[in-house]
Amino acid sequence: MELLDNLALGFSTALLIQNILYCFVGVLLGTAVGVLPGIGPTATVAMLLPITFSFEPVTALIMLAGIYYGAQYGGSTTAILINLPGESSAAVTALDGHEMARQGRAGPALAAAAIGSFIAGTVATVVLAVAAPPLASIALEFGPADYFSLVLFGLIVSIALARGAPLKALAMIALGVAFGTVGQDIYTGTPRFVFDQRELYGGIDFVSVAVGMFGVAEILRNLENDQTRTAIVSKVKNLWPTREDRRRIVGPIARGTGLGAALGVLPGGGHVLASFTSYAVEKRISKRRKEFGHGAIEGVAGPESANNAAAQTSFIPLLTLGLPAHPVMALMIGAFIVHGITPGPNVITDEPALFWGLIASMWIGNALLLLLNLPLIGIWVRMLRIPYEVLFPMIMLFAAIGTYSLGFNAFDVYAIVFFGILGYILIKCGCEPAPLLLGFVLGPLLEENLRRALIISRGDATVFLTRPISAALLALAAVALALTVLPAIRKRREVVFAEDE
Amino acid sequence: MERRRSFPDLLAGGVFVLIGGAFAVGSLSYEMGTPLRMGPGYFPLVVGGIVAALGLGIIVKGLIAGEDITFGTIPWRAIAVIVLAVVFFGFTVRRLGFVPTSAVTALLTTFASPRVRPLMAVAIAAGLTMASTLIFVVGLQLRIPLFGPWLPF
Repeated sequence: MELLDNLALGFSTALLIQNILYCFVGVLLGTAVGVLPGIGPTATVAMLLPITFSFEPVTALIMLAGIYYGAQYGGSTTAILINLPGESSAAVTALDGHEMARQGRAGPALAAAAIGSFIAGTVATVVLAVAAPPLASIALEFGPADYFSLVLFGLIVSIALARGAPLKALAMIALGVAFGTVGQDIYTGTPRFVFDQRELYGGIDFVSVAVGMFGVAEILRNLENDQTRTAIVSKVKNLWPTREDRRRIVGPIARGTGLGAALGVLPGGGHVLASFTSYAVEKRISKRRKEFGHGAIEGVAGPESANNAAAQTSFIPLLTLGLPAHPVMALMIGAFIVHGITPGPNVITDEPALFWGLIASMWIGNALLLLLNLPLIGIWVRMLRIPYEVLFPMIMLFAAIGTYSLGFNAFDVYAIVFFGILGYILIKCGCEPAPLLLGFVLGPLLEENLRRALIISRGDATVFLTRPISAALLALAAVALALTVLPAIRKRREVVFAEDE
Repeated sequence: MERRRSFPDLLAGGVFVLIGGAFAVGSLSYEMGTPLRMGPGYFPLVVGGIVAALGLGIIVKGLIAGEDITFGTIPWRAIAVIVLAVVFFGFTVRRLGFVPTSAVTALLTTFASPRVRPLMAVAIAAGLTMASTLIFVVGLQLRIPLFGPWLPF
């Protein structure tokens, strides 16, 4: 079996001592930022990215990936214990999870979330290992025109899934693409929008954009209402679910895993959508529909499995197409490029040890997370008592140090203030920051492939419609755009995301 | 439909028009080229135009059927303090060195929240400076001098 050989290669890479160590560091940090409200995985990965430049590529990616899926675990802990989802996908977990905690059943709720996440993460990793190679070989056939359409499709779908007004999300994407044009033009070398600043010739660093939009802007938002965050955290006891609980969570975990694995592939907010869909499904098919919202364990197990499965499968578009499905994935592209690897279909053949090592590390990471989250839950509960007054200077200082160490360049540090304030204003006006970052990362790809496709076709713009893959993707993008803007569907979408606050 | 004007919509739209317009106008000074062989100015012009057009759309929508968003208070103090702290860091890290810069940046940042008492602020700054020195300089071998050329020792 080729798959087994590949996995053996993966495990021999992932089980190297430094890789296990950094996998552990990654999931530990991920859980921590998932638990702590006010800092998410995007800002964390952005801040730590410069540090990983000196690592081996596979070690760097293993750690960064660990932060991402570790945050999905951590987010559920705060959602259950203090009704404060650390990550947006855990918002739905708070509905029943916190209700269970108030009834003194925090233990089983946490256990259901952790076990569900572990099973889902394991299964979704298999899906990733099986689905990625064939997809990558299809992607190898893609020409520049197809890539252009694919990127456009990805960007459009990401707004269809994001919450907030579609018009604003579109504008955010376009703005991101515009910022992406800063720097030297790829074909002619002409410096664009650099204002004679040598530092800008290489473009704006995406780490600065991410730290600004997700780190600084978030801190400003948190400092708006100046109330003490008093977390009343009850003692967690009786962790192990009862026989009845165990029986009740089997179905939701299985369904959540399937849903999450499928929806995670979609660009945008796949994992958020997955947890909401799973909750809706469990509520609809349950015989105890009345219990939902009053501490139904199904309402914890299902969505938690779904968002964790989605977190794993959202690596599929990244590893096979080089297309990020989430802002963290966009940062991972940067991590690939820094190490001289172009993310995309070639990774699997050119860097098999890296590709399979990363996948195998997710198994190890999920096992570590289970250990971290169940026996050590007390430590995370205690972490919730860290006051925000200590936390935000720490985030700011680390953000400044992290962006400075990108290239020992003060310009990257000033950029986080610019993007922090811009992001703060726009977020306050109801714009989501994620589309801007996706647009920023994908913008240069869009331009490059557009121009290359037109050069190859000798200026014939119909090439985008005559190539079947490109035409199909553009048609899908048009459908997605129409669906987002049509009022009837928009209303449904608002219902789905209404509770995501 | 009820007419409601939405200030956040107008502001967001204005930001998009302004930045998109700036990109479009700025790109006019670069070579346009032809669609066959696009010059460096072609793509930014189109994208800047799209941003500005979408911004206009948001403004129009904000005038007739705006989104109902509460804008909330603006933490002027936090904004000013954080801008100052980050700019200070960028400007002095090479000149003062890692330790003094981190200490002052952390201390400045704590003033963003009016609830931090001076003694507490000093304690936080000291702790963070020590932690970041250990993590970044000792642990991760970041190549930044601990004390820079502006200091006599």
